[in-house]
Amino acid sequence: MATAAGTVPQIEEAGGVWSWVTTVDHKRIGALYGLTALIFFLLGGVEALLVRTQLATPNGQVLDADLYNQLFTMHALTMIFLAIMPLGVAFFNYFVPLMVGARDVAFPRLNALSYWIFLSGGVLLTSSFFLGGAPDGGWFGYAPLSSEEFATTSKAMDFYVVGLLILGISSLMGALNFAVTIINMRAPGMTMMRLPVYIWMTLITAFLLILSLPVLTVALIQLLFDRNFTTNFFTPQAGGDPILWQHLFWIFGHPEVYILILPSFGIVSEVLPVFSRKPLFGYAAIVFAGVSIAVLGFVVWSHHMFTTGLATVPQIAFSASTMGIAIPTGIKVFNWLGTMYGGNIRFTTAMYYAVAFIAMFTIGGISGVMHASPPVDAQQQDTYFIVAHIHYVLFGGAIMGILAGVYYWFPKMTGRFLDEGLGKLNFWLVFIGMNLTFFPMHFLGIAGMPRRIYTYDSGLGWDTWNLVATIGSYTIALGMLVFLVAFFRAMRQEKTAGDNPWDAATLEWATSSPPPEHDFDVVPVVRDRDPLWYDRDHNIEPPEVPEHQHIHMPPPSYIPVVLALGVLLLGVGVLSHLAVTALGVVVILYSIWAWALEPTD
Amino acid sequence: MATTPQTMHHTTTGIDNRKLLMWIFLANECLFFGSLIATYLIFKGEPMPGPLADDVLNIPVTSASTFVLLMSSLAMVLAVYGAHHARPGMMKVWLLATILLGLTFLGFQVYEFRHFAHEYHLGLSTNQFGAAFYVMTGFHGTHVGVGVIYLASLLFASMRRNGLGRETGFHVETAGLYWHFVDIVWIVIFTVVYLIPA
Repeated sequence: MATAAGTVPQIEEAGGVWSWVTTVDHKRIGALYGLTALIFFLLGGVEALLVRTQLATPNGQVLDADLYNQLFTMHALTMIFLAIMPLGVAFFNYFVPLMVGARDVAFPRLNALSYWIFLSGGVLLTSSFFLGGAPDGGWFGYAPLSSEEFATTSKAMDFYVVGLLILGISSLMGALNFAVTIINMRAPGMTMMRLPVYIWMTLITAFLLILSLPVLTVALIQLLFDRNFTTNFFTPQAGGDPILWQHLFWIFGHPEVYILILPSFGIVSEVLPVFSRKPLFGYAAIVFAGVSIAVLGFVVWSHHMFTTGLATVPQIAFSASTMGIAIPTGIKVFNWLGTMYGGNIRFTTAMYYAVAFIAMFTIGGISGVMHASPPVDAQQQDTYFIVAHIHYVLFGGAIMGILAGVYYWFPKMTGRFLDEGLGKLNFWLVFIGMNLTFFPMHFLGIAGMPRRIYTYDSGLGWDTWNLVATIGSYTIALGMLVFLVAFFRAMRQEKTAGDNPWDAATLEWATSSPPPEHDFDVVPVVRDRDPLWYDRDHNIEPPEVPEHQHIHMPPPSYIPVVLALGVLLLGVGVLSHLAVTALGVVVILYSIWAWALEPTD
Repeated sequence: MATTPQTMHHTTTGIDNRKLLMWIFLANECLFFGSLIATYLIFKGEPMPGPLADDVLNIPVTSASTFVLLMSSLAMVLAVYGAHHARPGMMKVWLLATILLGLTFLGFQVYEFRHFAHEYHLGLSTNQFGAAFYVMTGFHGTHVGVGVIYLASLLFASMRRNGLGRETGFHVETAGLYWHFVDIVWIVIFTVVYLIPA
């Protein structure tokens, strides 16, 4: 197998903070995304633990109502926008160019800009804890709870608006970049129907972001105007329409759910064939099921609003379209099972997580079909049943898939293995912990416990299951601690992984681990849907590496950081003083001009 | 392949990466303006205190400004033609014309906003018509303003010794995509707000 040693000086060995600040290498940006998102994931976990500690016993005294509201809101915002989405983006960054056979993304500097704007938005949103209080109106910030009338004493909901607007800019830039990269930067022979399923899911996710984020942007701008510039879009007593906010939010919010889960669908579709030693069962069906989920995802948003008094016909239409999503999702689940059927399965930790993903996601999917029915939803709306459902989908689905990806791709990203023993321990603690935490919430919901209450009296029949859920959440925390131990231990190991330790089929395994800065010494030629297995079975040798080749990679640039700083100043200005906004505009205009004139070759 | 990804012209589809980015970005903009227009339509016809659309809108004046914006698209087409056919003089003249027509449109909008505010006392807080109208047309105007800066940057850069370089036609054409899109959005807004009666 081709390795990079000797052909091109390894620029990536050059260390120093400055080289990370100015990097435009998709692998380094992927690492930055991954580590930042891991920190936010741990932060969101601590927020969840505080919430669970408060609820462990009736009449808990750990938190007061105000702080509790901030913590459950920030737990959701942190996990969705600062952990799961960027963890997905970390893998997009690292593996999209490698898996389509490109040397970088289409726009390397734009990629760096996405990261720095994401970091700015994340820090800004989290800093609200220390600047007068964090957002406390729930992650979907329903008006009028988010309007001036009820959230006037602090800037909390302004932090929500500005933070999400900034994070939206970052996500949009990333999505545009990956869409162009996948459509336009494929290696010779990599037709659309030979793309790895992970890449297909990335492309679908990118288009979901591109088409749903602007709707959220408009809703946030209107909320910003309501709160700061005297408009009354959402204030009912002045003729406004709070339901309009709900519509706009969920037209974004429901595709957002698929934005969170589709990357994990993709990861699992890579992991299962490799560890079953068998090509993916029903490739085309999985791809088209993914596309149908995305299309249907745009026509189901009102199922979040059955209790707002929709007319009968819309209720039926939205109920039917929501149940319809179960069909493509079911196709995927059966294809994954078909992939494993008759395979020569290797039960690595990655495979554990992938199999658990199928089971847990199916539970979450089934409870989703339950409240797709309006009369059932009327019972379950705003109860812990919904909390159980979203956590089976987002933890049992998205996070399990991401963890499968972490164990699967860790050797490629670092050249080292995560310890399988610790990995299995990590898996069992997380798996048991998540079922202990979230399964009892189904019972709590059926028993009538509303979500988002900061305390409850004993004697309502909720005591036992709340305690079980809290014990479960600490078990998850213990499991993640084991993961951190495995991570830091692995980073001290020798790089023994080799190019393709799992005997996988996709192009990222055709280069060294970790890959050289230019990804491939020779751009690979793709002859089959599983290119490396095809080459292996047909005895096709990897191409010769030319003796003296010069591969020119884009130079590092500090302009993305400056531009991101401008965006941050713009946001801070909206929260503080107009002069800061003006400064932000000047910085943005200056850096766009410098960006356009900066030589890239 | 001694080129950077960004200037690599051998793309899978044959379309330049940057042009593809602009097309997909415009898809995103469709949903952005779609949401603003939908908000306007949701409040249209709802009972609310005046002044309302019928009281304030001056259709002849805005028809004139619409005509100006449509002519700017024609000027943009001519600028792209000049850029593609190695006629830098023609390109610069029509770029300048596009910029001036865009600024004229913005002038009309400033007049309209001031007129509504001072003559009819229609503000952001007056009613939902005012809020939806100002935010929607305001963001459209901002887009025209960004387009003016974009085109002015191209014009300014084309004055340099090397002009816009080998890719002159490409740069002007991509800017044209954006400019025409902003025009098309105005045609929709003009129809929805001014032409369809309450």
